[in-house]
Amino acid sequence: MIFTLHIWRQHDANSQGNFEQHHIDVSEDTSFLEMLDALNEQLIRTGQEAIAFDFDCREGICGSCNLVINGTPHGKHRATTTCQQYMRDYAGENELWIEPWRATAFPIIKDLIVDRSAFDKIIQADGYIDIRTGSAPEANTMPVEKHIADDAFDAATCIGCGACVAACPNASATLFVAAKVSHLSSLPQGQMDQQRARKMLLAMDEQGFGGCSNYRECERVCPKEISVSNITTMNKLLYQSS
Amino acid sequence: MSDFELNSQTPKGSLENRWTQHKFNLNIVNPANRKKYNVIVVGTGLAGAAAAASMGEMGYNVKTFCFQDSPRRAHSIAAQGGINAAKNYQNDGDSVWRLFYDTIKGGDYRARESNVFRLAELSTSIIDQAVAQGVPFAREYSGYLANRSFGGAQVSRTFYARGQTGQQLLLGAYQAMSKQIDAGTVVHKSRCEMQDVIMIDGQAKGIVSRDLVTGELETHIADCVVLCTGGYGNVFYLSTNAKGCNASAAWRAHKRGALFANPCFTQIHPTCIPQQGELQSKLTLMSESLRNDGRIWAPKHQQDCEKRPEDIPEHDRDYFLERMYPAFGNLVPRDIASRAVKLICDEGRGVGHAIDGKKLGVYLDFAKAIEKFGLDGVEEKYGNLFDMYQHITAENPYETPMRIYPAVHYTMGGLWVDYNLMTSINGLFAGGEANFSDHGANRLGASALMQGLADGYFILPTTVSNYLAQQTPIDITKSYPEAQQTLQACQAQLDRLLNAPDPQKTPDEFHRKLGQILWNACGMAREKAILEAAISDIQALRKQFWQQVKVTGSDKTLNQTLERAGRIADFFELAELMCIDALTREESCGCHARVEHIADDGEAQRHDDDYAFVSAWQYSGNVSIPVLYKEELHFEFVRPTTRNYK
Repeated sequence: MIFTLHIWRQHDANSQGNFEQHHIDVSEDTSFLEMLDALNEQLIRTGQEAIAFDFDCREGICGSCNLVINGTPHGKHRATTTCQQYMRDYAGENELWIEPWRATAFPIIKDLIVDRSAFDKIIQADGYIDIRTGSAPEANTMPVEKHIADDAFDAATCIGCGACVAACPNASATLFVAAKVSHLSSLPQGQMDQQRARKMLLAMDEQGFGGCSNYRECERVCPKEISVSNITTMNKLLYQSS
Repeated sequence: MSDFELNSQTPKGSLENRWTQHKFNLNIVNPANRKKYNVIVVGTGLAGAAAAASMGEMGYNVKTFCFQDSPRRAHSIAAQGGINAAKNYQNDGDSVWRLFYDTIKGGDYRARESNVFRLAELSTSIIDQAVAQGVPFAREYSGYLANRSFGGAQVSRTFYARGQTGQQLLLGAYQAMSKQIDAGTVVHKSRCEMQDVIMIDGQAKGIVSRDLVTGELETHIADCVVLCTGGYGNVFYLSTNAKGCNASAAWRAHKRGALFANPCFTQIHPTCIPQQGELQSKLTLMSESLRNDGRIWAPKHQQDCEKRPEDIPEHDRDYFLERMYPAFGNLVPRDIASRAVKLICDEGRGVGHAIDGKKLGVYLDFAKAIEKFGLDGVEEKYGNLFDMYQHITAENPYETPMRIYPAVHYTMGGLWVDYNLMTSINGLFAGGEANFSDHGANRLGASALMQGLADGYFILPTTVSNYLAQQTPIDITKSYPEAQQTLQACQAQLDRLLNAPDPQKTPDEFHRKLGQILWNACGMAREKAILEAAISDIQALRKQFWQQVKVTGSDKTLNQTLERAGRIADFFELAELMCIDALTREESCGCHARVEHIADDGEAQRHDDDYAFVSAWQYSGNVSIPVLYKEELHFEFVRPTTRNYK
């Protein structure tokens, strides 16, 4: 398969970026990031700097990879991280436009790499249950109804990749916040802290993310299919606590 | 390097009381004095994040580092199957003693009894802690916690969160650490990689790090240093590890005097997706939990290997694990399952894509499970794993059996530590996969999460306190000549990588070659002549690496090529030590199968009289001539027997 690639290059946060054109020939069983690996090896051999992009586990769970491919965060294959996209998914497409996440709260570090530490700041605001190591009661003393546990789990599968922000016209992190609030606050262990939603939303605001206007683009691009119903759950908790 | 006595600090007395008694004997730091001490934790996966959170709560000043863009991305996140704990919720006869026994036996009697017992003892507190943090473990309809069985055990003691147990436990630890960052007791730096340990008067008193964004080298001083930097499986190039996993922190500590234990003990996991092409950058694990319900088979006849699996009738299928090991069947430990799969493929009965003319794969079939539990039942248990398989292979495992082949997954070897998890460098601790402590020659499934969290939440906070209690707090605002010297040595190494005399090949080209040498010589089967040849091949390739490695860009900016080259340089040295260790251990045990020590029926032959020891290697100044220290293993409570899973 032969592709023409248009890849965003930007030396650092302060410099101007631009699309750089490359060509590559790869087999259909190559993953999207392996295609970029191959391109980088070509670049290094010819004395050029490799394209910087984030990746780690390459099995769709760490949340590191984050490319906008032809306008869609994570690419064409839905409910799938960038690293799990395969070139076979792009049969029939000759040109690929590859960009970083674009959001004020995620400044570009270099090429396709952005700074997502704003997400860490939101978690630090109250994205946890306050339990000191060693002070936990016996695990089975508090049964949790299965459907509640299952819903909490579904919310907890968020990998913190930031695709929701990249897709949102407001660059809002509401789905990210809601997933954590919904995970922790629907469990009996997490119900004591009633300020979680408020504190995390405040942190989101402070970090420069926009608000939610119900575009629901976030849900469409989420690789873990986190549902916007988590936002409803969070809003309910907000009313209850105020 | 000076000679020294290897002292494991293992307590005496009855096994049940050792940890309790030991804790009582350790020194503690008054709460009011804790803020005077600084602790550096490198690596913030399960062990590191748990340790940082817990020590932060206690009131120490903790400084943490990770090379990823957030601690939430550490490779612990990819652990799928579960975490063991001796809760005995299933009333099936489990106990701390049984978990201890299974783990010692699973490790083929090459681990310390005291450490393993402590691990089993702490297992129950980990579950309590995780549940209280909101880790959404699987539950029964009753609302109580669910369990499943796992390889190497005959009880159901594994707690799980679908196929994402590692993710959920890591997020629990990450959130606990985030709480302490907010409280100000933990200061964290992401995208920052340790380059070396700073030694002052024979003690580890800090690190040199490289900011991966600005390229800046920095020194950090503290009263002690804790390495929770994971395993070294990526030395093989293709492994199930995340791409960034590396041995550099551990290796550079080794070169400063920390002994490296059992480097040849590397776990080959039986159920991974087979390699598909030459550009492949990593292998993907399919959780061992799949072996609970999936049945492993290969065609009985070589001529059937080209056929579609659906076209091979039942009587022409060889469910070889069930045939060879009727008692444990598909649930034999990982090393045994892996070797059996290799045996079948070496006989020419493998299936799937051919790589270098060999079909390396067998089937993992869920037809029976789907019949029994229905599609929904199987989806509930394994949905995310099936999806992952389908993404990668473009085959639907609900309709056609999965194909699997063993791949490097975990490293039992690591920095040698005593019972306090302190390395042979005074003031340098190691936790989680970075140490060698609990798994012997083979790790059982669902034990890695348990060990990482036991080290992080419960052991390190206690033993690090004991160490600090004996130290006068160091002045971290002062400038130390040792720190500057170490920083300069790190700069020299970076300069060398950037300025090879005859730059021709990319770092990855070298890494792939190194991986092949190691996989052939120090993988599922090891043999004297092949290991000897591999050692000289590695030496030659290493020499070529330093002559020809081509690193573009500069060290004063984000440069992933340079990061990679630095890690590969360390892998080159570690790989040689792994082969030397494998060559020295003239027996088969656990993952370590020396062809010369395999019985005619294919069973591994352990030689307890000569090899019941931990091999702890000291850097001598020449990586090719390491010095071996032996820590004899004494079994007072279990009698080493031949591992029998038939």
